[in-house]
Order: sequence, then C-alpha cells, then structure tokens
Amino acid sequence: MSNPNENENVDSEVMNEAGKKKTGFLAMPNDSIAKTFIVAFALCLVCSVIVSVAATVLKPQQQKNRLIDLQKNILSVAGLTDESQSIEERFKKIEARLVDMETGEYTDIVDVDTYNQRQAAKDPSMSIDLSSEQDIASVGRRAKYGKIYTMKEGDQLTKVIIPIKGYGLWSTMYGFVALKPDGRTIDDVTFYEHNETPGLGGEIQNRAWQKVWQGKSVTDENGKPTFQVVKGRAAKDSQYDVDGLAGATLTSVGVMNLVRFWVGENGFGPYLKKLAASAGANNG
Amino acid sequence: MDSQTKSVLFDPIFVNNPIGLQILGICSALAVTSKLSVALVMCLAVTSVVACSNLSISLIRNHIPSSIRIIVQMVIIASLVIVVDQFLKAFAFEISKTLSVFVGLIITNCIVMGRAEAFAMKNGPGLSFMDGIGNGLGYSVVLIVVGVVRELFGSGTLLGYTILKPVSEGGWYQTNGLMLLPPSAFFVIGLFIWAVRTWKKDQVEKADFELQKAHNAEAH
Repeated sequence: MSNPNENENVDSEVMNEAGKKKTGFLAMPNDSIAKTFIVAFALCLVCSVIVSVAATVLKPQQQKNRLIDLQKNILSVAGLTDESQSIEERFKKIEARLVDMETGEYTDIVDVDTYNQRQAAKDPSMSIDLSSEQDIASVGRRAKYGKIYTMKEGDQLTKVIIPIKGYGLWSTMYGFVALKPDGRTIDDVTFYEHNETPGLGGEIQNRAWQKVWQGKSVTDENGKPTFQVVKGRAAKDSQYDVDGLAGATLTSVGVMNLVRFWVGENGFGPYLKKLAASAGANNG
Repeated sequence: MDSQTKSVLFDPIFVNNPIGLQILGICSALAVTSKLSVALVMCLAVTSVVACSNLSISLIRNHIPSSIRIIVQMVIIASLVIVVDQFLKAFAFEISKTLSVFVGLIITNCIVMGRAEAFAMKNGPGLSFMDGIGNGLGYSVVLIVVGVVRELFGSGTLLGYTILKPVSEGGWYQTNGLMLLPPSAFFVIGLFIWAVRTWKKDQVEKADFELQKAHNAEAH
C-alpha cells in the first residue's frame, strides 16, 4: 500500500528538519538538556510552518464559503428559500443599503458593495466607541454606517433586514433580523455565526425556536426597545416575549440584549423610527 | 502485504476495536453521530489525524527526549488537527459548522494519543502509519454503525434521503426523539459491543468473582 502524497510531504518535512538538526547531535543522549531544547525548538518551528501554510493557502476558499453562507442566511431570513433558483438569482431581489446610524438616513458615502460593517467597526475613523452604559450587548465599537438589506415589491418596501451581533456566554453571536416596514414587527430571525455550547446555547440556530419570534415586536410605539427573552415559556399572547433556551440563560440574556441594542437608539433606532413614520404616512 | 501488516491494519476493526474493546474515544462517538454524513466526515478526520500523527511520531521516535515526549506528541497531534480543521472549513463548510468544537477536540481523543504512545513510539514508520489507518477504521466502523442507527430511527433518513417517512411530513413513521440525543449512542455502542463479543468469545472479560453454587451452602 502506498501513502497518499500529501502525508508523505508533510512527514518528510518533519523528518528532514529533525534530521538536519540531529546530524550534529546524533551522538548526544536523548535526555541531555541541549538536545531536549533543540528537539522542542525544531518541532515547534516545523509545526508552526505547516499550520501557517495551511491557514494561509486555504484562506481565500474559506472566505468564499463564508460569503456564500452569509448570503444564504440573508436569503433565508428574507424568506427566499426557493431552492430551484441559484443563490445569485435570488439575491437580486434584495438590495443592500447603507444607513447612517446617527441620523437614520440612507447614505452613499462609501460603496455599499465593498463596505464591510464588521471591519468598519474595528476602524477608529469608521466607528464610534461605546460607553459601558450604552454597550449593553458588549459589541465594543460600533460602525458609523450600518449595512442593511431591503426587499421591495414594486415600489412598496416589504422587509428590512438588519444585522445584529452581541456577546453570549462564550462568543460573539452574529445574525440578522428581518422586520416588517413598520420597523418593529419581527418577520424572521437567523443566527449564522457563534461559538455557544452545542445543544444548549447553540440552540439559537434552532428553526423551531426562531419561528417563535415571528410576529413579536421589538419596540413599543415610541421606539423604546421592549423585546424580551424570558426564562421558560413566554405567555402566548405576549407581544414582546420569546421563550428562553433551557440550560442557556446567559446566551438567552445575550440574545435579548443584542436585539435591544440594535433596535435601540445606539443601534438602528433612528432609522427604524423614520421607517415607522413613513409607513404610517403611507397608510394614512 | 505480510501477515503482520495485515493484522496491524485489520485487527483494530473487530478483534481489537478502539471503542469496542479499549473503550476509548467515546465522547466524540456520542457527539457527532446524530447524522451519518457528519459522522463520516469525523471518521475521515480522525483517521487522517491518527495515521499522520503515528507516522510523524514514529519517524522521530528515536530522538524524542523522554522527559518531553508527551508534549512532543501533543504538538504534532494538535498541529495536524488544526490543518484538518482548516481543510474542513475550506472544503466542507456546512459540515464543519455542525462539527464545530468536535474537530478541535480530536486533540483530546484518547485513540490518537494512545496509539502514539503505545505503538508509534516503538515501531517503524510504515507499520505505525498502517496502525493509524487501522485504528481509524475501527473507530469509523463504530461511528458508522451508530450513525446509521441514530439517523434512521431518529429522523427516518439516511445521508439526508428519506427512508422511513416521518409522521411530521405526512408519512407513517413516528420518529424516535431519544435517538437524536447523545445518550442513545451509549445504547447503540453497548449493543455493538455485545454483538462483537457474542461473535468473538475471547473478548469476553473474565468475571471478577464467581458465585458459589447454592447446594454448597446446603452441604455445610
């Protein structure tokens, strides 16, 4: 039987590197301090080279996967789940827009297609620092511009999809929430990236739980965030309450805080208020 | 292939199964077997890690200072696991998301470390590589059996294709929710061990004590 080529390469590298170092030290007893250090150092060097090569070479492919996954999640939260159409085709029905978080107005100040809200949040010139009172979802810094997705039927706005993120128990959870044009009724929600405990906090990805969110409101009439994840089962007729996740209290609290943050005055609050006002005007 | 290589490669499958006889690597066998496709990827990942780690450790086995040998083994295993994780993220993104932490936890899988310490430190590279493949196969056999049973009875599907149409989709099969939960893997592994030991009687352990026969007590 022959070994797969890849393995041979990886391992012959280990051997060569170790062999090179050892020619001078072959006579040395294995347990001498010098040899212990040399072996440890050579091994670390070889292993770190292998790991960094793998990480660097595979990065573009991984980023592509992440982008496709992101688009899939936006499509699923938008309710465009028709598998017969390709992702690109379905994605045409959705328009990405930039929102100035401060004023709540649409803006074209940077190119929306290349804008990355997650990177912008790390850039001091593109983001603002949040005080600990404001920062209920532990996001640290918040980008000045938010990238949202809108869905229209004819000229009528049918859905807005806003990005949400915040800290749970172990990790930052990333997701999207789709709101009706009134700016407060949840149409759907999804979480696409997190490192919460599988089976407990990881249940934020459970579709059955996400469906409980549909039809609930995130804010009251005045735009004050009132959304809640309650412990145990929420009352059926409650307008703002969603069931908590069993065994994942801290994740549940994190989810509640992150929704409240992103629909609140430091998040997309100003934008959602404008949206609600224009929806009211249209109806009246 | 000589008989030694053959036994090193195939013995771990039933004769000396790492999960069935040595009871190693149970944790991941419980965690990743609720779907067969996920279990298959895990099998592939563990097999490649244990084979490559055995090979590399065996190559440098004569130069590993015994005071740091466990650390040396861990560094090699951990690096291989990171490489495998990167590969999965690039080429099997959906499944790598389901596997989440369990790929990283291959580092702590007792089978990998156990084979490195018990076999690769004492045998040549070729044989060690075969031993790694063999133990990976042994691990895979159990995972596949458990995965098939759990997915079939838990959700009525195999590799995502509907076999038993569940009631929730208008069929007749009432899915067994227990099968989707980790404890069910204990039952399935237990039944697997029972079946293997019924077939291969020499795996049955000697009883720690023997019950005295009742009539002896009467005689006294």
